[in-house]
Amino acid sequence: MSETLIEARPAPAMRIIDRILLLATALLAAYQVTAGIEGLPTLVILLQTVAFGVLLVACLLLIIFGYEALRSPVVVIVAAVLPLALSLALIYQSLPALAPGYVGVAAAGLLAVALSRFLASAKLATIILALVHGMAGALILALPLYLTLRGATPAGFALVSLGGGLIDLGGLALASLRASRPVLPERRIVALLAPLLLAMTAAFVAGLAQVR
Amino acid sequence: MAFFRAIPNRIRLYWPLIKSLQTGLLLSTGLAGYMSGRCPVIYWQTLVALAGSLALSISGSTVLNMVYDRDIDAMMKRTARRPLPVGLIRPGEALALGLALSGIGVGWALLLSPLYGALVFAGLFFDVVIYTMWLKRRTPYSILIGGLSGGMPALAGRTLAIGHVDWLGILLALAVLFWIPTHIMTFSITHDSDYRRARIPTFPLKYGVSMTRAIVALCSVIAAGAMGAVALGIGMSWGYIRLLAVLSAGLLLLAIVSIIRPSERLNYGLFKYASLYMLSTMVLLALEGL
Repeated sequence: MSETLIEARPAPAMRIIDRILLLATALLAAYQVTAGIEGLPTLVILLQTVAFGVLLVACLLLIIFGYEALRSPVVVIVAAVLPLALSLALIYQSLPALAPGYVGVAAAGLLAVALSRFLASAKLATIILALVHGMAGALILALPLYLTLRGATPAGFALVSLGGGLIDLGGLALASLRASRPVLPERRIVALLAPLLLAMTAAFVAGLAQVR
Repeated sequence: MAFFRAIPNRIRLYWPLIKSLQTGLLLSTGLAGYMSGRCPVIYWQTLVALAGSLALSISGSTVLNMVYDRDIDAMMKRTARRPLPVGLIRPGEALALGLALSGIGVGWALLLSPLYGALVFAGLFFDVVIYTMWLKRRTPYSILIGGLSGGMPALAGRTLAIGHVDWLGILLALAVLFWIPTHIMTFSITHDSDYRRARIPTFPLKYGVSMTRAIVALCSVIAAGAMGAVALGIGMSWGYIRLLAVLSAGLLLLAIVSIIRPSERLNYGLFKYASLYMLSTMVLLALEGL
């Protein structure tokens, strides 16, 4: 299905249960911004505020606009900030020596996503988005698991990896909507989005609480 | 008995006259203003009296506005089905209700504290007499006066808590004042044809939609800045300040996008988000006071 056809059709309607799940996600993200990151280094607080702040605002916009919001290029760009900021926070917290290099990679990734939304073809923009999401998501998936297996962090920290896995799934499914062959029909993908976001946020909040 | 049986029916008719959501939102600003004073909120008598007097005064002024505006309400699609234009309630009855609610509300407020009562009365006077009766049908700038009256509950609430008017209370009122154009102007863009039909001068009609969107964005920036200053001024905890910054960023993002990629839907979203933003910031102020 081409992007033009997707854009031409009305977005699937949002169910009440989806709105409730999104509100719960927004409240969890608000908790993390307000109380869940106290005591961490300033830079990590800043990065996690950006990550969970983006999640919070994205949930509110989804509640207000419905799934139509997913079609906005601005939302796509801002949504890419979430995994990038969170992965950067994890790097700063766990492998500070790698942080300066990763800042450059993350900034370049975000810039590429932003520019490709307006300048490149839909296919190229989707590939870039999937690459950037994939890279950040893979870090969020692998790093906590690695640290936990090495015994450097409590076992519960591995929940962040679970959240990373969920963000990968959601990100790729959403990116596939923009590609020529979605992995599932649009209706199915958006129906999974709200529960996926809630599960992801709960895993992040619970996992990150282990290393405060 | 027939009189008592009629009461629920009258309440059902009166309820739309007080615009419960708008009244609730303004009431929340008053409660937040009070609690921002970090007074001991376990004085439930004062808190209940504040809520009661404000709710009655705001409801009263809303009813009085509806009575005065019933002719233009009848011309606008959005408001044509309200009880007064439809004829479900006689204007005299609504006027008596509005005066009674306002009188009891302001009287109660004056008994609580003369200064608090004076501010509540000023809010009501600005809203009904200056905004609705004098300026609303003459100039689009009337919303500044509307904004001023909208900021009064927050200022009054804080004044009741600390006993005098301070710069934080004025800043809080300013934040509400600049939030109100965001609210009203996006509304007047969405219901442009209604306002045209009723010949109400609005910013979109006088200066065009693009200019209005720019003003909305500017007002959003000022409102968010004023809220930030209040948060810092009352010594709000950093956690809440971070959350306030996130919510403000969302408001600014929407305002900017509405200028770059204007659409009716985005306009509606900005209107909704602005309401949510104000409610959330007031909840944060109240939580901080606990």
